[in-house]
Amino acid sequence: MKHLLATSALALSLALPLAAEASTLDPNATAGGGIIVTYKDDVATLDPAIGYDWQNWSMIKSIFDGLMDYAPGTTDLVPGLAESYTISDDGQVFTFTLRPGVKFHNGREMTAEDVVYSLNRVTNPATQSPGAGFFGSIKGYDAVADGSASSLEGVHSDGPLSVTIELSRPDATFLHVLALNFASVVPEEAVAAAGDDFGKHPVGTGAFSLGEWTIGQRLVFEKNAEYWRSGLPYLDSITFEVGQEPIVALLRLQNGEVDIPGDGIPPAKFREVMDDPAQAARVVEGGQLHTGYITLNTQMAPFDNVKVRQAVNMAINKDRIIQVINGRAVSATQPLPPSMPGYTDNYAGYAFDADAAKSLLAEAGFADGFETELYVMNTDPNPRIAQAIQQDLSGIGVSVSIKSLAQASVIAAGGESDQAPMIWSGGMAWIADFPDASNFYGPILGCSGAVQGGWNWSWYCNEELDAMATKADSVTDPAKADERLQMWSDVYMAVMEDAPWVPVFNEQRYTMKSERMGGADALYVDPVSIPVNYDYVYVNDVQ
Amino acid sequence: MFSFLIRRLLQSLLILLGVSMITFVLLYWLPADPVRQIAGRSATAQTVQNIREQLGLDQPLLVQYWRYLGNLLQGDLGRSYLQRTEVSTLIMSRLPASLLLMAGAIFAELLIGLSMGVVAALRRGSRTDQVLMIVSFVGVSAPQFVVGLLLLYVFAVQLHWFPIGGYGTFSHLVLPALTMGILGSGWYSRMMRSSMVDVLRQDFVRTARAKGLTRRRIILRHALPNAILPVIAMIGIDVGIFMGGIVVVESVFGWPGIGQLAWQAIQRVDIPIIMGVTLVSATAIVIGNLVADVISLMVDPRIKIR
Repeated sequence: MKHLLATSALALSLALPLAAEASTLDPNATAGGGIIVTYKDDVATLDPAIGYDWQNWSMIKSIFDGLMDYAPGTTDLVPGLAESYTISDDGQVFTFTLRPGVKFHNGREMTAEDVVYSLNRVTNPATQSPGAGFFGSIKGYDAVADGSASSLEGVHSDGPLSVTIELSRPDATFLHVLALNFASVVPEEAVAAAGDDFGKHPVGTGAFSLGEWTIGQRLVFEKNAEYWRSGLPYLDSITFEVGQEPIVALLRLQNGEVDIPGDGIPPAKFREVMDDPAQAARVVEGGQLHTGYITLNTQMAPFDNVKVRQAVNMAINKDRIIQVINGRAVSATQPLPPSMPGYTDNYAGYAFDADAAKSLLAEAGFADGFETELYVMNTDPNPRIAQAIQQDLSGIGVSVSIKSLAQASVIAAGGESDQAPMIWSGGMAWIADFPDASNFYGPILGCSGAVQGGWNWSWYCNEELDAMATKADSVTDPAKADERLQMWSDVYMAVMEDAPWVPVFNEQRYTMKSERMGGADALYVDPVSIPVNYDYVYVNDVQ
Repeated sequence: MFSFLIRRLLQSLLILLGVSMITFVLLYWLPADPVRQIAGRSATAQTVQNIREQLGLDQPLLVQYWRYLGNLLQGDLGRSYLQRTEVSTLIMSRLPASLLLMAGAIFAELLIGLSMGVVAALRRGSRTDQVLMIVSFVGVSAPQFVVGLLLLYVFAVQLHWFPIGGYGTFSHLVLPALTMGILGSGWYSRMMRSSMVDVLRQDFVRTARAKGLTRRRIILRHALPNAILPVIAMIGIDVGIFMGGIVVVESVFGWPGIGQLAWQAIQRVDIPIIMGVTLVSATAIVIGNLVADVISLMVDPRIKIR
């Protein structure tokens, strides 16, 4: 028997996706009008297989759709281009039934062949997708990755509206992977026509299509009138004006010329905005799936000593660091951010206690402290945060010299086992790719990331925890989801015992909007769409 | 004259070759791995290796440079690592904006600088002269970032005379052109002042005065045309100075030119774009200097061609 999660064949399960759909339409919304969003940097690409920064992530989401999606403003998985799906008992075979009548922006109807093509394209090494690795659990992935096969053995269509995906191992996160932009469905003919420039001429099934892109100036998204989610999107157009400094964007917003400053409120103006009730009322605050941390290189003395790592954990005054960034964060106790499923609620972490830290350091044989280096990205506020860390550590006799470098250089140093004793992750910090507990482990805390050029900058490798992680991710039965989260919670608690990181804070998000913008607050701090979920917001002044 | 031009052109090509070589080597030695950036944090070692081979980044430095040079001669600047767009497309679509800004800046600096210089020369030693020279000194010294934000705040935010950054109409051009022009106008006012003072001492000016011409006619018809020529010859060199300035000014005003492109590429270590913009700027500077030489030659026959 197969687990029927949501299938149109059964009336009972039909209710699930429908309920999710209905709840997304806002009765107060008015259709029409356009908004202006500003950014400092030009948009890199709108190719869903390539785009991997927080700016183009939500834009690509509005042009393309994948088989899976999230309910707006939440981390709840809902079917997207798939109308329903079934999972085999062993959790390794997924069968998707596609929505009929979904059209690409070029007018052609989307079929199962397009899904197969898109997955083959993103995993093909020639595409050079930074997201290819997410599909590692699909059967035949390794052969495609090393070039010995041109298509995934485990993916095939059965008729125009049915796709089967077979995995080589159970993967509890696979539905999240299918909700990533990298899994977006693209039409082969449009990719072939645009060649390497598909990212400038994107064609998808999403709520908006790209109308105009003047390099360095603006992009205009136009409403897809034939969008398969009827009634959406509300906006007729979105104009992204690029090349605007955040400070200029704020001035223009105050002048009524801009609706959303995409880069947020500039740090230097944050207090001024929040102290003015009229402006603060237009700022929506929310959590995000982010943790800022200090990595302690477990392969370099003296951080190879767990007591030293614990002592450093106790020496950091997180509240003061949060003051450095105007209180735009909450202090962290563990790798997972509080809004992530699997977060351990009743864990206090290492409390700030310089005396206890000092005695622990003495126990480890460093009563007189030691000298070390802290690598940090050279853009504000990171060097200032590094100074706060430096000051805290000098309180327990540890003398830290700060190495403030360009982002790429810090990343390169972290990828070598013997270069960076400590790294402050700010500016490169881990923001989850998808809202699942596993996403904070593998590359940044697991053994697979502790390789040259990897992202596990603590070089922490605990085989036992790796085994626990693998076990947790093979729990694919939705009925055992809580059990799986508990296993993940245990993994992170064990990590904290070994203390390869100092979790410092979880950044909060502050999205500012113009007075005319409407829609639930949750849309403006949507966990997967930054700064907003463009498909569901609307304006109040449509005539 | 002709052989002079040929020689200078060959020299220019050598300079550009040197620039390309130095930039290429510096970027090669940068402690950052572009392949890691393309591959992203979820990439396996296999993926990283594949991309490295596809881009030819596993080859030795000399091979890489030789291939780059070969493509360059065919007008191919490569593709951006992060945007995956052709660098030449990115530069060509932004170049008109930079050229427009430069033209505006040259107009602004000449207008301000030359008038200040002439007035100061005519009132030499007076209070006006001193004030003007102090103003020009401040203009030369003030950081463009500060001048830009100041102009933006006063004339766009407070007075609403001009739009707050952006591109498209003449009024968008005024403030960024002025920001760049103020820097140059300081130089021009000083050069114009000394050149004018020089000319006013010449015999032909005395002759004109002796003929009984009006002061106005002497200045406008006789002194000014002679004083202005050597100053105008400096415009070519300005192009080089502006190439540095546009990076800052374009960022402040959201001006979609190649300076902004360079700034964004540097932050993301997008090597093909950095390379491309560097070469285009170097070419502009070399051409500017060549033009300056030629103009100097034409206006002042006393300069000897060697």
